[in-house]
Amino acid sequence: MVEVTDVVCSLCGCVCDDIVVEVENNEIVKVKRGACSVGKSKLLGHERIKSPAIRENGELRECSYDEAIKKAAEILYKSRRPLLYGWSSTVCEADKVGVELTEDLGAVMDNTASVCHGPSVLAINDVGLPSCTLGEVKNRADLVIYWGANPSQAHANHMKRYSYVSKGYWTAEGKKGKKMVVVDVRKTMTTKMADVFVQIKQGYDYPVFSALRAILRGHEDVVPDEVGGVPKEQLLEVANMVKESKFMMTFFGMGVTHTGARHNNIVNAIQFTRAAHLHTKANIMPLRGHYNVAGINQVCTWETGFPFAIDMSRGYAWYNPGEQSATDLLYRADCDAAMIIASDPGAHFPGESLKHLAKIPVIQIDPYANPTTEFADVVIPAAVSGIEAEGNVYRMDNIPIRLRKILDTDYLPDEEILERILTEIRAMREKEGE
Amino acid sequence: MADGELLIRNGVVYDPINGVNGEKKDICIRDGKVVESVTNPKVIDAEGRVVMPGGVDIHAHIAGGKVNAGRIMRPEDERKGVEPKTKVCRAQSGYSVPNTFATGYRYARMGYTFVMEAAMPPLAARHTHEEMVDIPILDNAAMPLIDNNWMTMEYVKSGDTDLLAAYIAWMIKATKGYGVKVVNPGGTEAWGWAKNCDLNDAVPYFDVTPAEIIKGLAEATEKFEMPHSIHVHGNMLGHPGNYEMTKDTYDVVKGIKPYRDRPTMHATHTQFHSYGGTTWGNFESKAGAIADYINKNDHVSIDLGSVILGDTTTMTADGPMEYSLYQITGRKWTNHDVELETGTGITPFLYSGKVSVHTIQWAIGQELALLVKDPWKIALTTDHPNAGPFIGYPIIISHLMSKKRRDESAESMHKAIFDRAELPSVDREYDLNEIAIITRGMAAKTLGLHEHGKGHLGVGADADVAIYDMSPEEKDAGKIQKAFLNTKYTIKAGEIVVKDGEVVAAPPGRTIFVTPECDDKLMDEMLVTLKDKFAKYYSVTFNNYPVQDAYLPNPYEIKAPWRSS
Repeated sequence: MVEVTDVVCSLCGCVCDDIVVEVENNEIVKVKRGACSVGKSKLLGHERIKSPAIRENGELRECSYDEAIKKAAEILYKSRRPLLYGWSSTVCEADKVGVELTEDLGAVMDNTASVCHGPSVLAINDVGLPSCTLGEVKNRADLVIYWGANPSQAHANHMKRYSYVSKGYWTAEGKKGKKMVVVDVRKTMTTKMADVFVQIKQGYDYPVFSALRAILRGHEDVVPDEVGGVPKEQLLEVANMVKESKFMMTFFGMGVTHTGARHNNIVNAIQFTRAAHLHTKANIMPLRGHYNVAGINQVCTWETGFPFAIDMSRGYAWYNPGEQSATDLLYRADCDAAMIIASDPGAHFPGESLKHLAKIPVIQIDPYANPTTEFADVVIPAAVSGIEAEGNVYRMDNIPIRLRKILDTDYLPDEEILERILTEIRAMREKEGE
Repeated sequence: MADGELLIRNGVVYDPINGVNGEKKDICIRDGKVVESVTNPKVIDAEGRVVMPGGVDIHAHIAGGKVNAGRIMRPEDERKGVEPKTKVCRAQSGYSVPNTFATGYRYARMGYTFVMEAAMPPLAARHTHEEMVDIPILDNAAMPLIDNNWMTMEYVKSGDTDLLAAYIAWMIKATKGYGVKVVNPGGTEAWGWAKNCDLNDAVPYFDVTPAEIIKGLAEATEKFEMPHSIHVHGNMLGHPGNYEMTKDTYDVVKGIKPYRDRPTMHATHTQFHSYGGTTWGNFESKAGAIADYINKNDHVSIDLGSVILGDTTTMTADGPMEYSLYQITGRKWTNHDVELETGTGITPFLYSGKVSVHTIQWAIGQELALLVKDPWKIALTTDHPNAGPFIGYPIIISHLMSKKRRDESAESMHKAIFDRAELPSVDREYDLNEIAIITRGMAAKTLGLHEHGKGHLGVGADADVAIYDMSPEEKDAGKIQKAFLNTKYTIKAGEIVVKDGEVVAAPPGRTIFVTPECDDKLMDEMLVTLKDKFAKYYSVTFNNYPVQDAYLPNPYEIKAPWRSS
């Protein structure tokens, strides 16, 4: 039995890196500390895709890696407008090969941010993002706001490691010295912990941000008695907490990005932070979901200039989310093949978009079977990054951390699968050119 | 790979480190290095053309978290520079914050082969390295920020210079960095509470002053045989009247003995620190006062931070400065404070020749170049992209070389240039030898890279060569600018990478890093304190912090031994 320390979790955007596990016979037998229940479950392992496979007559037939990779390359090579989607639950090294493949094919590349914090990215495009690393929050924050998010269940270690419950340099007393405001449409495990729970009406985030901005900028007289179901007294109370704080941090989730005004909600959340900064130190951060969704945005941006929904059909990067974003492309039936890597549109895309995805050839690269596997035509199993493969990932605060390889495996890492597909495609092109 | 043997025949060579000033001579190249002679070379006819060593940029922001945050914030900038992929080149985007591929190609087309990334937040060092690896052709290095770090301030306060040196050594090794970068010392930590610091203010909670931090870091740096001195972005950048504080900052390190014949401080983007007046209303140039200081003292070198008119993206670890700028313009603003270490601010900015302040800023950068007598004390920079994108260097070169060009530009700009700046009354014109000094020789020497093959064409040097399509007699500023924008040839490590202004090969560059060597006992003592910081205050573990070797596929190490006395 070997104890492995400093294990980095490849589950959510918290990227906890202080996990201790026990390894025996090339298996993680125990997670001793550091991981939340979901992270622990991933580390202990579960059902995998056993073999590469190709769909024939409606059934998946197991085959070799060579055969599956060749078939995948053929599909992409023949396609006139392929969509390469996913990328958030793998490492940056694989993402980089993905960008190269996209360029080579003149494809459209999109990542899961598109259906997650894509609206947040659009807001950052618009106004920027005043933010900080999670350690800043841990050491300084005396006011934490969670808005449209339920970290107790979705990012289970977040409060303990980085925010309300953590202890740091100026926050040695932990939550005793802090205040927490939670804004949500319903009671959750997180709202139960809050000093102030602001229950807003579904879809009213925008006017509530506006009301707080108005108060913080000295215009409380224009705020009516009630905004979005929130009494004015409570808005004044929250604004007062902001004014009296030394360092406030707002974290926000899907409850803000996918309701009502969508990306305009986030613009307003950032403007609220700017207004708060006139009184205190104020920062704001999206609670990113997948462990490397921040990383695929980073890689795409330094390699193409843009964070998601990138169309390379012109030979250079063209960015117009809403047109080239995966769900929209599929909805318009504007792609004729798709490669899905490290994600599951089968479970998360709108039905109208899935109709087209089910019609076109689909290649899936993933360690685990999921609803997308049900209609994939080529299935290529991959090593699990962070357990069987190493590589760089970006935490939700854009801090890069290297995932460790803990176990040996015969499964190929994503990076190698993609490189082999690219090599095959280039060989086909060369052959045809002869 | 290098093209075996190359002979550059009959070029007019400017190699100031070796005292070669416009001599017609041949350059022989074998296996990526300059050699005495060759036997069966491929010949490049450089008859009558200007030949220089590959350009060396001492200070630019080209890779890492803040550059990428600038890109994410500015899709409108990315759209400006799009160029489709070619057989050799990856797709390009961006103007003031180009993607990594465009950064490599565009520098190479200007004849540059080395660029120093000027500010690497240590906690995000992996990010800087990931991007540097994706910048083709160029060799590069990065300077970690070590001035607002809690460890630094605590050792400065206790006066433990040896332990501070041990911390510096650990940090530079852990980040695979090059030297000690200082950005608004103390002020960026204060920005964690939305505050800022003057040179002699006490940093909140830490009870040290920025002046003490700078002095402590200079003394600790000189404990090693470091190739480069501390590299300083001082306090109150961009504030009217800051020139007095700039001179006071230079005074802080006066008397500290450098380990070799180089300055004790490199003061960067000096244009932003040479401001007179008390408000933006009576803002004026104090480049003369700063140049006077530099002329009289040898312990400080500077780079210009010269302004290029037009839209750009400003970015720095000086969080409070970017906030002030955003308060003025009301444009987009990104901030990213980094726990226990540093910060980041980013905001777009438009330098307009119709605005008095911008016009004076534009003049100051050039005044510094023209009023400092010894070009070996100056490097040409725009603090890319802060005062303008690097792609504007040829514009500055053409202005420095032509009084006529400067007068023409001044005529079209705000009249404030005639009463609140000195530039219109300066007659000096740079010659090509002086241009070669401020674009390669000085930077290579100041960084200590001339001992590692950069910035010159002596036997044994890296075969990095720029051949400009112009005669040494050329006086037409427009033609000079055009020649410096796109080389006839750029050769990197013996390989032709640019021909007739087009990138024809894009080999990967190397990452150059320094390893300061420190006594084990001292290091162990320092590590007790540092590990406590990780256990209590950092959000990553001590063992996951250092940059792994995987991030430097083409490493080049420079050792910096502890000095015995």
